[in-house]
Amino acid sequence: MTWSEMQPLLEQACVETLVMVGWSTLIAVAVGLPLGILLVLTDRNGLLQNTVVSKVLGQIVNVGRSMPFIILMVALTSFTRWVTGTSIGSEAAIVPLAISGIPFFARLVETAVREVDHGLVEAVQAMGGNTWTLVRKVLVPESLPSLIASTTTTVIALIGYSAMAGAVGGGGLGDFAVRYGYQRFDSELMWITVAILAVVISLIQFAGDLAARALHRRGARSGPGPKLLFLKAAEPAADVGKVA
Amino acid sequence: MITTSGLTKVYRSRGREVTALDGVDLHVREGEVYGVIGQSGAGKSSLIRCVNLLERPTSGTVTVAGQDLTALAGRGPRAGRELRQARSRIGMVFQHFNLLSSRTVQDNVELPLEILGTSGKERSRRALELLDLVGLADKAKAYPAQLSGGQKQRVGIARALAGDPKVLLSDEATSALDPETTRSILQLLRDLNRRLGLTVLLITHEMDVVKQICDSAALMERGRVVESGTVADLLATPGSELASALFPVGGEASGDDRTVLDVTFHGDSATQPVISQLSRTYNIDISILGAAIDTVGGLQVGRMRIELPGRYEDNVVPVGFLREQGLQIDVVNREEPALVKEGAK
Repeated sequence: MTWSEMQPLLEQACVETLVMVGWSTLIAVAVGLPLGILLVLTDRNGLLQNTVVSKVLGQIVNVGRSMPFIILMVALTSFTRWVTGTSIGSEAAIVPLAISGIPFFARLVETAVREVDHGLVEAVQAMGGNTWTLVRKVLVPESLPSLIASTTTTVIALIGYSAMAGAVGGGGLGDFAVRYGYQRFDSELMWITVAILAVVISLIQFAGDLAARALHRRGARSGPGPKLLFLKAAEPAADVGKVA
Repeated sequence: MITTSGLTKVYRSRGREVTALDGVDLHVREGEVYGVIGQSGAGKSSLIRCVNLLERPTSGTVTVAGQDLTALAGRGPRAGRELRQARSRIGMVFQHFNLLSSRTVQDNVELPLEILGTSGKERSRRALELLDLVGLADKAKAYPAQLSGGQKQRVGIARALAGDPKVLLSDEATSALDPETTRSILQLLRDLNRRLGLTVLLITHEMDVVKQICDSAALMERGRVVESGTVADLLATPGSELASALFPVGGEASGDDRTVLDVTFHGDSATQPVISQLSRTYNIDISILGAAIDTVGGLQVGRMRIELPGRYEDNVVPVGFLREQGLQIDVVNREEPALVKEGAK
């Protein structure tokens, strides 16, 4: 295949990947975030401790996580048709992608939120904050750098899964590499597509890391060095000494 | 201002029961700084968390500013609206500051006001005012990670004051700080206590904290309060563990045939030349083994360990003389332990 033949196909594949991964990430985050937080809240010694809910949610997430994507996609065919009106094409691929992304992201959110220092929760409880305040003002903002890293990981996992979307005619870069490259023995085209995927994934990882680090570093490593801070800390103490 | 009665907290985990608080009765008067001291595991932390019901007491009641908080608690682990409102009127500072790293200093101080539903303009006005009060007006836009420990605790204090509380709970607020910074933070707490009429309940394992700012103190051991009272009363109590820990004097007897006495002076007695009077009146040689004068809870107190020749039986009259002068005498090396705690009237 020549470059001029390849180009429009590649462009289309890129758009398809973008659409599938974009939408499914959006849904995975929108559902996985509350689900992950709920997993933490309902756990033992959690703010909304509830063994039944916690066990049920945990089990649902486990089943979702253990299902191989290709099987999930086939198993969900009728559900997909009910949601999108079709069971083939990019739109149809979004449904199983989102469904597999939700438990994946939820577990990552759970880990990230669990890392938040319990002292902060206690402090806001002592101010009279309720559970909703704690979620909004403590758990989410304090775990934001980790949540962003988790989103990056989810996007990349979904790009990987989307290669299998070819099974339902979803298209996309991965499917393009398989069909035009691998199955037609056009190894040049296959490697070009793989290279594009590698670049895309590197860029996403880079952007995600950058955003997470920018948030994480708020204050931490900027500003004056530790020595200067120490000297400043001693100032008020010295003043007190003089007064006394 | 704060009263706990029969406060008991039992932790159950894997079938084992640990009693953290065992019938604690505490009474903190309005406007005083009250220190609860004890070793780790004595139950101090559980006690202070029971005061604003971050921990539910197993039994007993907590009353803060006339309001029975245990009655507001309701059932279940979650705090109802009334309890949350009551909590917002009790400030709390923590050993590890517990500032939100995602917010600036000013936003941290505004957080309690956000919870109270104060408008944005009023919030920032109040936050800046409080930061000014704790001496950090220039750090409003900084993030906690850019501050030193002492500065972080100042932010913690400003935040605790945001809801205009009458009561401040301090959970080992200075334990993570160096001695110099500890002094300045305690000074600030003392200052706020005087200026705002704030009642402060603090827990600590450092005797120096009690010494520097407390009006009253309680000693906790294994979930019980074993001694409590105003610092002045404690110092006047012969054999008080807290008093001797607050103000230790050292010195060993130079031989077997000696009587060692701890003499505590406070108030008027501190100005009398009693030792030389004793020496002249009874014609005995007195050696001073150790002595110190210090300010404890704002009171000038002197303590001296002296040695008289002869056994206690030979020195009953001189000891009686000292007691008549209004001094508090503790006999250090008496053989009959039952009588050691006999005190001056």
